[in-house]
Amino acid sequence: MEEIISMSHGNGGKKTSALIEKILLPRFNNKELNNLGDGAILDVNGRIAFSTDSFVIDPIFFNGGDIGKISVCGTVNDLLMCGSRPKYLSLSFILEEGLKISELEKIADSISETAKKAGVLVVTGDTKVVDKGHGHKIYINTSGIGELKEGISLGRDRIEKGDKVILSGSMGNHGVSILCTRNNFFETNISSDCTPLNKVTDAILKYGKSVKILRDPTRGGVATTLNEFTEDMNFSIELYEDKLPIDSDVQTACDLLGIDPLYSANEGKVLAIVSEDAADSIISDLRKLDESHNAEIIGEVKETNSGKVILKSIYGGKRIIDKLSFDQLPRIC
Amino acid sequence: MENEKIINYLNSVNRNINLMEVCGTHTMAISRFGIRNLLSKNINLISGPGCPVCVTPDSSLDYIYDLSLHQDIIITTYGDMIRVPGSDPSFTLEKAKAKGADVRIVYSSIDALKIAEENKDKKVVFLGIGFETTMPSTAVAILEAEKNKTENFYVYSMHKKVEPVIRALIEDKEIKIDGFILPGHVACILGQQGFNYLKGYKISGAITGFEFDQLLYGIYTLVKNINENKFEVDNCYKSAVSYETNNTAINLFEEIFEIKDDNWRGIGIIKNSGYKINKKYEKYDIEKIFPNNVIIHKKKYNCRCGDVIKGLIKPNSCSLFGKVCNPDYPIGPCMVSSEGSCAAYYKYNDEI
Amino acid sequence: MCLAVTLKLLEIKDNQAIAELNGIKRNIRIDLIKDLHIGDYVLVHAGFAIEKLREDVAIDTLKAMEELDEAMKEVSHGK
Repeated sequence: MEEIISMSHGNGGKKTSALIEKILLPRFNNKELNNLGDGAILDVNGRIAFSTDSFVIDPIFFNGGDIGKISVCGTVNDLLMCGSRPKYLSLSFILEEGLKISELEKIADSISETAKKAGVLVVTGDTKVVDKGHGHKIYINTSGIGELKEGISLGRDRIEKGDKVILSGSMGNHGVSILCTRNNFFETNISSDCTPLNKVTDAILKYGKSVKILRDPTRGGVATTLNEFTEDMNFSIELYEDKLPIDSDVQTACDLLGIDPLYSANEGKVLAIVSEDAADSIISDLRKLDESHNAEIIGEVKETNSGKVILKSIYGGKRIIDKLSFDQLPRIC
Repeated sequence: MENEKIINYLNSVNRNINLMEVCGTHTMAISRFGIRNLLSKNINLISGPGCPVCVTPDSSLDYIYDLSLHQDIIITTYGDMIRVPGSDPSFTLEKAKAKGADVRIVYSSIDALKIAEENKDKKVVFLGIGFETTMPSTAVAILEAEKNKTENFYVYSMHKKVEPVIRALIEDKEIKIDGFILPGHVACILGQQGFNYLKGYKISGAITGFEFDQLLYGIYTLVKNINENKFEVDNCYKSAVSYETNNTAINLFEEIFEIKDDNWRGIGIIKNSGYKINKKYEKYDIEKIFPNNVIIHKKKYNCRCGDVIKGLIKPNSCSLFGKVCNPDYPIGPCMVSSEGSCAAYYKYNDEI
Repeated sequence: MCLAVTLKLLEIKDNQAIAELNGIKRNIRIDLIKDLHIGDYVLVHAGFAIEKLREDVAIDTLKAMEELDEAMKEVSHGK
């Protein structure tokens, strides 16, 4: 095989076939994909969840993962947040002319490994190539289907006064890791927390109707996601600053750069709103898993200050936590 | 425990006291910790012109915007400057970048110098912004460029001096300030003695740190002194600030810069309050190659950043606040700068 | 202004040092401060050490607390 992607890899002819057969099929080996039909014919039980996500992350390789891993986790986790069991993924590549084949292979390895871990099959896909300068090495889109689980009902309308807010682990790692890698601000081992959340959501959803809503706090961080819960509703969420889990190196990085970890993206965490009586048990179960070993109850749902997210500081003061309005940038002031 | 005692003491004082801080990081910290909510209303914490980004005039920002659109120029800057608008909300480095300008965020002036060394075919312009805390780092970058013969490194100096603006605020009859919460990190460079001029005005000052307990301690010291009619300049940040000026730092920037009259956004011209690159190092001064001929035409909006900076109005008294002007569409620097008073107010919404 | 963070000096070479806290490492300049040693804690602003931190400061805040107790006594007597 050649060393780099060229325009002819995308023309649907021999080179495209070679790419698919040599690089992609062996890594995703399953009956449906191997058929290479125009679409996949699938069996599903009952109602389904369907989700799509596109990935344009830069850099494509980062501490803790790569664009391949995140393209699986992104869609799998969205399906999990809907209360479904992820089963099938589609996988579309837009490759930039000049991308090294070895890099594509590495990314395909990640996709394969992560898909296995998440228990999903890549059943259909597409590959296109764009001119150099028009594609930033590689863009990926994944769409996914999951089978809705029984005995659960998730939605904002289920949230009530007294419910507790759970965060499954330390916040901000992914966003800070990417910012540091991109700009070389300092040396650090902070790595993206990117991971499929099957085990974490299974542990929470065991509690059935006690679980009101799930969401993974990706872009915009915990602060933005919580605002999505409260916006235009008749309740508020009050967070306890002293309970927010954060790794010390992430905190130091945020202090140095002047950014707020509440707004930094997470790719391996769950925000859950659960009824008060189930909260402690859920935390106890979550802490038994590696991915959620430092899960915390970080806040509660209240009736005052409707529609808002309020942070109660360690010192007793309160302040409103708004949605992210613009990208956080490192500052000196 | 001590914090509770301090808060009780502060709330027991009946006198009306106006305290102003002149450090953007203090503005943010006070809002972030919700300190205003903990104190009774007679202790009025006013946010002054402490954010160097907020006091940079329109003409400078329009100039930077124009510079950035030159194909052979790379702008290197601290992140604070990316979204600050010039005379029109669309004149920002962020928008210039979207139009194809090469704008790069750096953590340090030395990183900007490295970019110059790696891009010899371009002119790399570093935006020198900040007060005395940051000036030495700009100076060192220029000295390093001289040592390494990096001829494509340039600086646009917007550096300003803290003392003249404090004096201007004290001498302004419209404003009544009883005490200053003094900038802790500027004081690392100037030393406690760098603020003794306050005593001449019978105004109290307290050099204060940035943590919650340090802020409370500084505010307590000021209120106690004012209550007892003592006019002192106290150092409440002794872990970091000494009495003496850091002459190494001062000498470094006096080697490169000379004083000039300068324009403070919202305040106007203050004599001897700004710094420009002196003749000896003028080859690093981008204004020698691209003179700043920007003329500001009439502004679209009646921005009141000036009155906010002077502490004459609170951010939410500006008719644009929250409606036309908000963090998504900032009109003036007080809203766009992460440490501007309006941004702090909007973000932390001091009245819950 | 000025965002500054406390870091510990790990290595020093001429006017540069490697400073670290909680696993975050950064090359910094120490042109502004004389007499620095490995193990010192410095305040770092925009990649430059602007101050060496002193440990013996607790004494001042203790003194202030004593004064505060006195001041509060006066206030409660005055009421």
